Amino acid sequence: MAQSTAAPAPTTQPALAPLPLKALAPWAVFFGVLMLVLLYFVGAEQGATSVLSGEGVHEWVHDARHLLGFPCH
Amino acid sequence: MNSATVRTLLVRGMLAGLLAAVPALLFAYFVGEGPVDAAIAFESANSHEHGEDLVSRSVQSTAGLATGMLIFGVAVGGIAALAFCFALGRVGRFSARATAALTALAAFLLMYLVPTLKYPANPPAVGNPDTLGQRTALFFLMIVLSVLLGIAATMLGRRLAPRWGNWNASVTAGLAFAAAVTVAMVFLPSGANIPKGFPASDLWEFRLASIGVQAVLWAGFGLLFGFLAERVLSPRPVAHRVPVPVA
Repeated sequence: MAQSTAAPAPTTQPALAPLPLKALAPWAVFFGVLMLVLLYFVGAEQGATSVLSGEGVHEWVHDARHLLGFPCH
Repeated sequence: MNSATVRTLLVRGMLAGLLAAVPALLFAYFVGEGPVDAAIAFESANSHEHGEDLVSRSVQSTAGLATGMLIFGVAVGGIAALAFCFALGRVGRFSARATAALTALAAFLLMYLVPTLKYPANPPAVGNPDTLGQRTALFFLMIVLSVLLGIAATMLGRRLAPRWGNWNASVTAGLAFAAAVTVAMVFLPSGANIPKGFPASDLWEFRLASIGVQAVLWAGFGLLFGFLAERVLSPRPVAHRVPVPVA
């Protein structure tokens, strides 16, 4: 832990300013939804519900779906 | 501290998720595939028609596994980065790195470990296809419940902290969370559906491997994202030695 060569070591952690919600909201909405869509395709597509027909997606991600804990079949 | 910061953190979160998925993938391949193969052997020995294989086992256990793991890593990395952006400076006096570690820990607990205690991961051959819809709905319901209760407990802890102190407030919030989750688990229907004769040791090894995969993923994410986020939020002062004269 020889870190003391750096300039004035603050003794207490300065509180970080929160990111304004206005800046966060658009990213959270668009990317939040996009990420959930990705999760859906890895975790549930062609299992309980299907957007695409067939079994290709289910079979391709089969092992990951099982090991990540999603109900697969 | 604006939209560009959020964008940078989001991109770095997805990147950290992708990178963390690599060791998780190795863990899944070397530790998880054994129990999966054992379960498939049980299935073919005991069963009904198996249909033609659309994707061969060797592809499923390599390229298929990798695709699923890496996409999952990117997706949860992005979600965790957004949660981090919200949590930063709002959950207590934590550094960027500590906030990232706490976010990863919370995500592991709330999005995986707590739901999986009620609806554990099942290998192939375990689970009746007729109940898949119900089991999927219950699994996602359990995730949503666990995340919401986690958020509620955090808010409770933050409210109590000024009066009770951080330690007592955190312990109380943790106990409240545990109690609420226990009640939810007692009342939700069971998901167990294990075929007769399925080896208990295979089931145990599979479930343990599944927990391991997620633990590796989230530990990797917390460490990597903490490193990447700190460099965005508190850039290191350039060279703390003698200032270099500019030519």
